Amino acid sequence: MGLFSNLFGKKMKSLEPQVPQADKVVEAKVQEKVSEVKQEVKNDIQKETNMSNKVKFVIDGKECTAEKGQYIVDAAAENGVYIPTLCHMKGLIPAGSCRICTCKVNGRNMAACTTPLEDGMKIENNIPELNELRKTIVEVLFVEGNHFCPACEKSGNCELQALGYRYLMMVPRFPYTFPKKEVVADTPKIYLDRNRCIMCKKCVRLIKSNDGKNVFAFHGRGAHLQINIDRKLAATLSDAKAQEAMDICPVGAILRKEKGFDEAIGTRKYDKLPIGSDIEKISN
Amino acid sequence: MSCLAFLHSAIFVNQLTIDKYLLIITKLEIDFMEATLQKIVEKYGKDSARLMDILYDVQVEFNCVSDKAVEKLAELLNISEVDVEQTRSFYHFFSKRPAGKYSVYLNNSAVAVMMGANEIAKTFEQETGVKFGEVAADGSIGLHMTADIGMNDQEPAALINGVVFTSLNATKVKELVAGMKAGKNVQDMVTSFGDGNNANELMKTMVKNNIMNDGPVLFNPYEVGVGLKKAVEMDPKAIINEVKTSAIRGRGGAGFPTGMKWDFCSQAAGDKKYVVCNADEGEPGTFKDRVLLTEKAEMLFEGMAIGGYAVGADEGILYLRAEYRYMQKFLENVLAQMRSKNMLGNVMGKFKFDIRIQFGAGAYVCGEETALIESAEGKRGEPRNKPPFPVQHGYMNKPTIVNNVETFCAVSRIMEKGGAWYKAIGTAESSGTKLLSISGDCAKPGVYEVVWGMTVKEMLALCGADVAKTQAVQIAGPSGVCINPSQFDRKIAIEDLPTGGSMIVVGNQRNLLKDLSLNFMEFMMDESCGSCAPCRALNVILKEKLEKVISGKGITKDIADLEEWSNTLSKTTRCGLGQTSSNPIATTLKNFRNKYEELVKDVDYQSEFDMAASVKDSCAIVGRTPKFHH
Repeated sequence: MGLFSNLFGKKMKSLEPQVPQADKVVEAKVQEKVSEVKQEVKNDIQKETNMSNKVKFVIDGKECTAEKGQYIVDAAAENGVYIPTLCHMKGLIPAGSCRICTCKVNGRNMAACTTPLEDGMKIENNIPELNELRKTIVEVLFVEGNHFCPACEKSGNCELQALGYRYLMMVPRFPYTFPKKEVVADTPKIYLDRNRCIMCKKCVRLIKSNDGKNVFAFHGRGAHLQINIDRKLAATLSDAKAQEAMDICPVGAILRKEKGFDEAIGTRKYDKLPIGSDIEKISN
Repeated sequence: MSCLAFLHSAIFVNQLTIDKYLLIITKLEIDFMEATLQKIVEKYGKDSARLMDILYDVQVEFNCVSDKAVEKLAELLNISEVDVEQTRSFYHFFSKRPAGKYSVYLNNSAVAVMMGANEIAKTFEQETGVKFGEVAADGSIGLHMTADIGMNDQEPAALINGVVFTSLNATKVKELVAGMKAGKNVQDMVTSFGDGNNANELMKTMVKNNIMNDGPVLFNPYEVGVGLKKAVEMDPKAIINEVKTSAIRGRGGAGFPTGMKWDFCSQAAGDKKYVVCNADEGEPGTFKDRVLLTEKAEMLFEGMAIGGYAVGADEGILYLRAEYRYMQKFLENVLAQMRSKNMLGNVMGKFKFDIRIQFGAGAYVCGEETALIESAEGKRGEPRNKPPFPVQHGYMNKPTIVNNVETFCAVSRIMEKGGAWYKAIGTAESSGTKLLSISGDCAKPGVYEVVWGMTVKEMLALCGADVAKTQAVQIAGPSGVCINPSQFDRKIAIEDLPTGGSMIVVGNQRNLLKDLSLNFMEFMMDESCGSCAPCRALNVILKEKLEKVISGKGITKDIADLEEWSNTLSKTTRCGLGQTSSNPIATTLKNFRNKYEELVKDVDYQSEFDMAASVKDSCAIVGRTPKFHH
């Protein structure tokens, strides 16, 4: 609660648990939720009256400034702080699906790509506990799919592979599942390899047909969830749109047909500098 | 089909080759399908937001939603095929291939299995000659497993073409299969009806209410319209204040203060607002909303109308789980009656408010309010990222309050008796009463209205369970906690043991980890929407690790892994499902650690590979008895 506790005043006091022996975890969660909704409704009302508002916040001890209301991950990047992401793209409605950007915001685990920035937030990011969670998620993604980096067109440009390096993954702690996944090779411009898809939903959110229909969508649920491509609409995509689909894919699930390995492996983006370097402004 | 008769006669006189005949027949079938789809889509105003209803109608008409139908629906609704397929493939009760002219859905959740569902399944398979997960070659009977259908107090239970059959035994199953083989109408196979409105002409179901006591808020007699009448004489702000005074908190389990939720929504800017009732009670072990919907429907709809008046909404949606489709005609009739009495529509000349029923199609995650909203909009039930919250941007992006069935019913009583009256019942932090759905190893399973603050021990006495013979109580369903006897003095209250109502009594004779935890983990694994990585993958990984421990192949480190990975899942996942989905493991690890420790070996490695099982088939073929050197 911390930050929000002063917002309640007397009314909320009656809701504070008074039974000392109680298991207060759930109660605390409810109270957190109440304060969160309260803050958001306030923000909504404020938005209409006050459009621009720079606020101060702290990430891992570093004092930062950014526009209130933008997602933490973007605000951090503006301040030279890298929070890892796989499903995030600035300007796009967040999916919040990979969870790798999980930070501690005022002590609570929150996804930095879906949490709007508030004045005075205390954010923990590059700490052992969170980096371990991130490494775990990278490993989870490796074992639930079939990722054979040496044979993949995206090697060196792949964000999942790059995060594997960043978090020093040697071998996943989980058993490989080697799931059987179907590829879609019968669209004229795009080759969809579901073995490598991490369900980031970027293509679902961004790639539309000329008349605004979704070219990509999910299929199924749970462990059977997979990405699906509309064959008819995919056939209508322009070369540029097909290329965009490949470029936004963080892994090698969407590939342009009849084009590949233009750039030699070993000379690609993350072959030169670790992922996040551009934000952290580290150069060799 | 006189046209068909003509074709047949044409064959007889050899004017048509069989090939041509089949071609014409196929063409006729396609024409018929397209015309039917067109009609269905038009029925829902060609609105893709009504895709759930459209797909349901198609499923009923053709016994499946085929790829061909998906293609046509996409064209008619002017959306992409993958979008239609996305919704179709998400829900349990939509199928790509025919589900059987008679489609049997047998509940295989934990309590059903405790009450003998596995034996029932065997009888179904023997009698039909069909295996579960398959459809007979002639398409007549399909056998499917399904998660909890809200009948835990009368298990084993199954749905056949949506009709509920409870308290099944081998004899009844044999009768049912004989009936199906004889081509009987499913409804006609219901021979006795339940109590109360279950026997109503429009419902005629064998489901029993099993209301076990009276209660001041919900089960005591309620004069229809009294709460609403009082409400319309009040200012909307005053209604919200009255609800705040009552200090009622969300009855679905999350415990969010209702008055505050309504206040937020009333403050939110929007030209249109909605009231949504969450009647998707899918938590295994809960069935209390079933009883409220059957016996207190007016009280519920009144509560929704009061909510609408309070927040400024003119439209209400009852999101009802597909398993309760048997209530449809009955509830539609209640709504019609209320309209004719000016309790809906133009409500007492004061405000406009009406309610429509939106059915789900089998997805536990749709009990999460934002997944429910997505589903009501015709999409896959994927929880939204928050913020924004439904009170700001809910159904159709408009401010929306989503409350549980029990909450709305209680609001009607609060209007009648006043917030202070309600606040005086219960504990300081949990006001009012709570409906408990008690099932499992007890003499009197059913629905109980209890005052918050009752201890688990008192609850066990109430439902006729022997404390000495009870090894555990699963509080609030799989996503809740499994407690051991040393905790039976704890209180059922939001501040101690919160619950949405599911209470499962587990007798000493049960294998806790196998019968409960593993069943629950399988459930969570199947019900995860899959959108966020930790929930999609870790539930599977956890379930497999638990299986390993149960099989006796586990090592000490597996316990630490289960603990750590459960923690990772709840810390990183996106919605309430994932945050609690590892609880079947996490809470038994906490409260029944010895059960795990007894099963594992304190070694660094134990092989899971079973040589004898792996070569069994090949040995059988070549007729060899292998010699293993251990």
